[in-house]
Amino acid sequence: MKSVRISLVLALILAFAFISATKADNHQSQSLTIVWAEWAPADYLQELSKDFTAETGIAVDVIQIPWPSFQDKVFTAFVGKSDLYDIVIGDSQWLGRNSQGKNYINLTDWINENIDVDAIYGPAMTAFAEYPKGSGTYWALPAEVDAAGYVYRKDLFEDPKEMAAFEKKYGYALAPPKTYDQLRDIAEFFTRPDDDLYGIATWYSKEYDGITMGFQQVMWSFGGTYGDADTYKVAGHLNSEDAAKALEFYTNLLEFAPPDAPNYYWSETLNAYNSGKVAMAMNYFAFFPGVLNPEVNKISHDKSGFFIAPAGPKGHYISIGGQGMSISSYSKNKDLAKQYMKWFMQKPVQEKWAALGGFTPHKEVLQSDTFKMATPFNEAFAASFPYLRDFWAVPEYAELLEACQTNWNEAISKIKSPKEALDAIARKHEEIFEDAGYYD
Amino acid sequence: MQTNPPYKTSRGMSDYQIKMAFIMPTMILLILMNIFPLLWSLYLSFHRYKASMPTPAKFIGVRNYARLLQDPEIWGYFQTTAYFVVLAVAAQFLIGFGLALLLNREFRYKGFITTLFLLPMMLSPVVVGLFWRFILFSDNSGLLNFFLSPVLKSPIGWTTNPKVAMLAVVIVDTWMWSPFMMLIALAGLSAVPKYLYEAADVDRASAWFKFRWITLPLVSPLLLIALLFRTMDAFKMFDIVYVLTREGGPGTATETVSMNLYKLAFRNYNTGKACAMAYVLLIIIVALSNIYVKYLNRVKGEA
Repeated sequence: MKSVRISLVLALILAFAFISATKADNHQSQSLTIVWAEWAPADYLQELSKDFTAETGIAVDVIQIPWPSFQDKVFTAFVGKSDLYDIVIGDSQWLGRNSQGKNYINLTDWINENIDVDAIYGPAMTAFAEYPKGSGTYWALPAEVDAAGYVYRKDLFEDPKEMAAFEKKYGYALAPPKTYDQLRDIAEFFTRPDDDLYGIATWYSKEYDGITMGFQQVMWSFGGTYGDADTYKVAGHLNSEDAAKALEFYTNLLEFAPPDAPNYYWSETLNAYNSGKVAMAMNYFAFFPGVLNPEVNKISHDKSGFFIAPAGPKGHYISIGGQGMSISSYSKNKDLAKQYMKWFMQKPVQEKWAALGGFTPHKEVLQSDTFKMATPFNEAFAASFPYLRDFWAVPEYAELLEACQTNWNEAISKIKSPKEALDAIARKHEEIFEDAGYYD
Repeated sequence: MQTNPPYKTSRGMSDYQIKMAFIMPTMILLILMNIFPLLWSLYLSFHRYKASMPTPAKFIGVRNYARLLQDPEIWGYFQTTAYFVVLAVAAQFLIGFGLALLLNREFRYKGFITTLFLLPMMLSPVVVGLFWRFILFSDNSGLLNFFLSPVLKSPIGWTTNPKVAMLAVVIVDTWMWSPFMMLIALAGLSAVPKYLYEAADVDRASAWFKFRWITLPLVSPLLLIALLFRTMDAFKMFDIVYVLTREGGPGTATETVSMNLYKLAFRNYNTGKACAMAYVLLIIIVALSNIYVKYLNRVKGEA
């Protein structure tokens, strides 16, 4: 019996020593964990961060979460006050919720003291860092600035036979479209189901923010809006005649898309383009490196051109993409995170970030010829900037987004008419704003 | 009458104390993991509360329940769920019981073939959903559309056509869970005494007579239990819908109550409303289960 007791005591001492040693080891090797969506820019950031590790000895791990579950996983970690992530690179819409929910730390004073805000592209700072807009209160630093754009098959667009046939049919030259009417004509022209070729692939999916990001830029360009940003009144704005026309237009584009297009999100759109199934495809510019990769796109990797999202009858607006870099309130490495963010915003680092393929928010780097020439799509990306607009960034954005996703997907599936879908969203959005006290 | 005093150990623990010592860990675990969350969620269902926000819960009475019960979209999700439950459970019952009748005889490789039939049930629903989504139901490259192409003008939009999508979910769930029905039915069938059939044969009873008056009454209690399990499980349908039709699409064609509840609770973090919806769902499942259990007891009495 005595020997059993001695063994137990020894085991406890050993376990305690092991735990202490592990803890001590953790303290010695500093590391930072960054969470981002699963896509090429996250790979670039992991690569870029090697320089930070070389300079400081602090290891950086970029965790990538697939897009459809990105928000759910990060928000669940926030609710559990998990210290799993030190830096969160989140969507612009997350700002309201995570600043008001105290999941992001307030960086205003630190940014004003440590970061040259004038060097950052102004609209990016507003979209990805500031909440409420215009308040000068910062919760993030822009990490990746992105915009929705189009890739097209140059071999088809520049084929003399196709050009002549198009001009004969539509009365103007075949070229990357400048308006949505032209986009529709070109999509119709290249729709040849017998040859397994379709005109366009764009976002219609119900997953995460799929159809909303694809359609909202059409809605804005046709004259619709989400609502009055001052009063939060939605009726008459979101369910206007202009918005209904836009939704009808977007639904009709499905006639020129592959049969499974109602499920298209970013990966399906890219797959359709890379497999030679469509003449044009909409996506965020940050996803386009795959289009130029001969291993991924065997058909048109060297025959692809890029253009900015077209203008509509009542304006020219493009869905903003990209994310800001915030520090989790539950991180135990806040100072290290600040050190990393300060390092990241330096001009030489931003130049390397851009050279790797990241879309820099640094004004000078962004406007440099080196950046514009770095990839075939950077010029179109830079040209998109004056037209960028965003979804609501209020704390209730997820519920607002959910109403849009469901109803717009019902409209393109012909379950609801465009007007019915827009009326339903307007009703739901006002209910959400009312519940949240915006009308008190 | 004289009773023995409670036995005490050398350290002075009574029988009662020992019993409590054994029971308490389970009781504490149950209270912490089951009873407390149940009561806490009931409390939250009467409050405006978001788990993602630091603001405290605000009592709003039955407003969450009123909003839910007045929302036509929520009733739409219940209708979709009911439609799915009826179609899927009926198909699983017919196929499962049919397979059990076929397998309830001696033949070569019976064990191996029965195991093969059980395989779908052992797979993860997410894997099953992805497998059907990419391999079989894909509009462009799916095997089903490939095999049907000689007789179809255009491919079937298994997951993109709102009129067909529910059928796709039912097919996948039936493929996965008919073996469960088969297994339970097979257990029931093998327990039917052989002498009853022998006696019926002596009386020159027809095959239908034997099935109707011997097989069915003796197997029905087990079949009803299988139906109860499958109904409760089908009512909670989430995983296959999440993966196969991408969160209940197209539109809301396959959006079940559980799918919507997930969005309400873990995407929108509308915790108070989600708790109220979970209670509505719980009441419906309990009511349905009670009907089943009463019917089961009646059938048992008859048997």
